Amino acid sequence: MSAVEIKNIVKKYSTKKTSVTAVDNISFTAERGELFGLIGPDGAGKSTIFRILTTLLLPDSGSAALLDYDIIKDWKEIRNIVGYMPGRFSLYKDLTVEENLEFFATVFNTTIKENYELIEEIYKQLEPFKNRRAGKLSGGMKQKLALCCALIHKPKILFLDEPTTGVDPVSRKEFWEILKRLKTRGISILVSTPYMDEAKLCDRIALIQKGKILEINPPKNIISKFERNLFAVHSPEMFKLLMDLRSYSKTETCFAFGENHHLVVNDSSISAVDVKKYLESAGHPKATVSNIEPTIEDCFMHLMSK
Amino acid sequence: MLVLFGMPVIQLIIFGFAITTEVRNAKIAVLDNSKDEITQLLINRIESTEYFQIERTINNSDQIESAFKSGKIKLAIVFQPNFQNELLHTNKAQIQILSDATDPNQATTLANYVSAVVMDYQNELMELNKIPLTIDTELRMLYNPQLKGAYTSVPGVMGLILLLVSAMMTSISVVREKEFGTMEILLVSPMKPWLVIISKAIPYFILSIVNVATILLLSTTLLDMPIHGSLFLLTLVTVLYILCALSLGLLISTITNSQLASMLISLVGLMLPVVMLSGYAFPIANMPDILQWIANLSPAKWYIIIIKNVMIKGVGPEGIWKETIVLAAMTAVFILISIKRFKIRL
Repeated sequence: MSAVEIKNIVKKYSTKKTSVTAVDNISFTAERGELFGLIGPDGAGKSTIFRILTTLLLPDSGSAALLDYDIIKDWKEIRNIVGYMPGRFSLYKDLTVEENLEFFATVFNTTIKENYELIEEIYKQLEPFKNRRAGKLSGGMKQKLALCCALIHKPKILFLDEPTTGVDPVSRKEFWEILKRLKTRGISILVSTPYMDEAKLCDRIALIQKGKILEINPPKNIISKFERNLFAVHSPEMFKLLMDLRSYSKTETCFAFGENHHLVVNDSSISAVDVKKYLESAGHPKATVSNIEPTIEDCFMHLMSK
Repeated sequence: MLVLFGMPVIQLIIFGFAITTEVRNAKIAVLDNSKDEITQLLINRIESTEYFQIERTINNSDQIESAFKSGKIKLAIVFQPNFQNELLHTNKAQIQILSDATDPNQATTLANYVSAVVMDYQNELMELNKIPLTIDTELRMLYNPQLKGAYTSVPGVMGLILLLVSAMMTSISVVREKEFGTMEILLVSPMKPWLVIISKAIPYFILSIVNVATILLLSTTLLDMPIHGSLFLLTLVTVLYILCALSLGLLISTITNSQLASMLISLVGLMLPVVMLSGYAFPIANMPDILQWIANLSPAKWYIIIIKNVMIKGVGPEGIWKETIVLAAMTAVFILISIKRFKIRL
């Protein structure tokens, strides 16, 4: 019995003029007690998958089950066992922190006391603000409160839709620490994020692009499967550099990555010295080229351009 | 866009032609205790104006009373016995005009029309016979002898406020949950969807009851408005009306997704018809057929009729059962459609 098992799910959104396939024949399985990440840019279909799994949307075709409960037939049971934190802040802004928590505890037929030990750690950070209205909290605090509310009924599976979007780096780090500890309590967690650096914190990730899964693997395997030479290239003239690199005959892909360009070459015998030679001949005397280890983002960009 | 450009056109047409305070084709009864030439002539003259339509089936004072109570007629004319003899021999005769003053403006207007016809005839007779003949018109304003405006405004305000509070506020508050995304979380919870909706409606139900109590208390103490009928009956139909308005609000909430949209629908779709078509500000009887049909669809129209009958005329259940059934049927339909349309998913 897997925590989440989805098979060939398709979901289209159609308006009068156009039809968009948000989820295009996706299948994957997340095991119990696993921290499974859906990684992909905005509009990749992550939220749609979450809404289908939490019984909020019906798929056009395909099937899915959570702990063997069918998402279409057993929607009532599923609503008892899942905790869901939508991508948009969805608590009552005009209720205080404490009132929100109490309200959701009541909605889920439980009390704060009953499951306090589960949320204790997170709630302690919120406690100083417990009489503040939820709408007046900072981004990180809001997400922590939302997580508390999603956890109040001790769900078996937790769905977190972009929980760290719009949250400062420190709070993001804290948030992932919390998720790791929740995992040790046997809660299966499905989390989506557009931040590639968070991917390596998951047990397994699915890279999603335009409603399709590019790859599912533990982050380490995704990186080790990259098997190509990757160079970080820098020069005072970055735009010209990008153009020149893209017209280089050995280039497979080249993307701008912050202050460097990341270059993937199609020939494993090519070294940093070779690239530098080419660039000098192309009019970049000050170019620096260094061999680097790929990140998830490199893998994603590479998979995407295939 | 349609609203911006369509509104002025529609309003101009409605206000210009359809909705006027002028009264036409008012149903009246004539009780002719004399049945002579002169009364016949007067009746013909009254009928030949465009203002009146005589209900011939009503022939005695008991029938007149019940016709007034059921709202079948707006005015009754009673000729005294031996009208012609009295007039020609004593130079004096009497006509009694009974007018339903639950709507004071309309009652006065109608009574004035009748008096004018009678006066015209009297003047003609005087010129012809050169003797000062007088036809006395004795005017009686039924139910509201002092012609108080409160008699129309209180039922109207009740119909309006209850519909607005219940329907508009309920729909807005349900739609707000959708807009803020909290509906999403509530749906993914063991709480039954219909419970969510019911719990949204209950506060407004209580609020409406408080509103009704306040209005009734103020109108009886401050405006000297009587409650002739049974208070229990009044409360019962009011609760029915509130339920009707609440279910209408829920219906609106199932077809809209933004607070703005549901407010617009409530205002344009509910408030305008209530003000213009419920008979509160303008008499329904002289609107074109299409508007009368639309007016029939507004719960407020039926409620205002019931309230006027119970409060002012003191009618019991036997006089308002038709309107009550209409309200109950509307409520049932609204609830059914809402349940059908309510989604357990997004």
